[in-house]
Amino acid sequence: MSVNQGSIKCREIMQGSIAVAETVGALEPGVIGVYPITPQTHIVEHLARLVANGNINSKYINADSEFSAASILYGASAAGVRSYSASSSQGLLLMTEVIFNMAGTRLPAVFSAVNRSLSPPINIQVDHQDTMTLRDSGLIQLYVENIQEAVDTHIQIFRIAEDLDVLLPAMVCMDGWIISHAYEPVTLWQEEAIRDFTGVFFPPYEVNPQKPLTYGALTDDDKITEFKYMVDAALGRAEEKIIQVAGDFKKAFGSYHGDVVETYYTEGAETIILAMGSIAGTIKVAIDQLRAENKKVGLLKIRSFRPFPASRIREVLSGAKTAVVIDRSFSASSGGILGSEVKAALYQQNGPFIINYIAGIGGRELYPHNIKEIITESEKLSAAGTVPDKALFYNLNSALI
Amino acid sequence: MKLNLGGITEAGRSLKNHTGTWRYKIPVINKEKCTGCGVCELFCPDSSIVITGGLASIDETYCKGCGICVRECKLEAIKMQPEGEESR
Repeated sequence: MSVNQGSIKCREIMQGSIAVAETVGALEPGVIGVYPITPQTHIVEHLARLVANGNINSKYINADSEFSAASILYGASAAGVRSYSASSSQGLLLMTEVIFNMAGTRLPAVFSAVNRSLSPPINIQVDHQDTMTLRDSGLIQLYVENIQEAVDTHIQIFRIAEDLDVLLPAMVCMDGWIISHAYEPVTLWQEEAIRDFTGVFFPPYEVNPQKPLTYGALTDDDKITEFKYMVDAALGRAEEKIIQVAGDFKKAFGSYHGDVVETYYTEGAETIILAMGSIAGTIKVAIDQLRAENKKVGLLKIRSFRPFPASRIREVLSGAKTAVVIDRSFSASSGGILGSEVKAALYQQNGPFIINYIAGIGGRELYPHNIKEIITESEKLSAAGTVPDKALFYNLNSALI
Repeated sequence: MKLNLGGITEAGRSLKNHTGTWRYKIPVINKEKCTGCGVCELFCPDSSIVITGGLASIDETYCKGCGICVRECKLEAIKMQPEGEESR
């Protein structure tokens, strides 16, 4: 793919958090509401630096908690201001009440979620339990594989969230440490090109003392289903916007990471792995090695978990014999969350056997050899027709339990 | 009628929400006992009591019938009666 040279600001080896903060800074959100939490802190620290040095004119507000930080975004968005925050783990849980409110009140704002395990025990390493727990709120969630995708997705997601057909809070989910703290070669884009691409946020309502409005009014059972349905429909419409914006981004910048999904050697593949986040990169390495041995394996990377691209998943998996879903989160007693939804999407489809692994919890490393082991085990289960109903905890150390 | 996006509406919505329809009992003022002291007006959570001409009067459009006024009236000048009962 040829990158559009004219829109490049610089190409450097830099840390993920700094690359994201520089990109968000270039969009100059009117309000940045923050509360620090590892491993997200570098992002908001760097934004604070940009504001303090006079590089950007954002109103930077240090809150007394993540609940307040999110509430600041609610108010700013209601006032028609482009707003931004970042958080991780317990901080995201504390934002949850506000995020449901923002989705229901149709107030767009962008969050960077730097994925981290939930307590207890305290663990600051990556898994997806924090963001996956927000899945029912009406929030848009895009998961990214590497620093460049994190940068590009932050630009895309403002336009998606602020689209008048959508108007929902949106979250870029990026793996803690592996993306936030790692250094990779990354292209940063020209401020003007970024701003041209995202445009300006025009809210349908504005806070104006001359024309007061009611936010968060009471509704009885005669209208509440319809309000909830409208959130569901708006999130559904976001799927098409994500596809459209990814395509427009490719045209404008020459950079592309997939739309709601990304496929990697799925054409004619007998075994397809489904996963989200940085593990997709590791899986691609494993697939390259297996393809060299003529094994027909592919990857279906889920970029958009909300909206959930069920029909695309059905389409891609239709010819496969075995589908392996690797989940970095689970719903206790029910299985991996992505795994459960993929199974639901393929219900009564006569599709592949689906094997769901819960792996990479709390930063437990997954190397290409682990991926190959998961594939081999899954193909055995599939061939024998002995696919378990329940998700399997990969590399569980039974001696400790 | 179409619903507003996100439930955002014009201000003063509580004026349009006639909470009096929730009520199944209504406070009735005994004009002999009421001195217009204003304790019930102060305690009414829905601002549905005002003192006019030295007497408490109930705003039936918004009174939910919670009965707090009855509990707070030290002169026992307010009673709850079933909605629509003739005797009131």
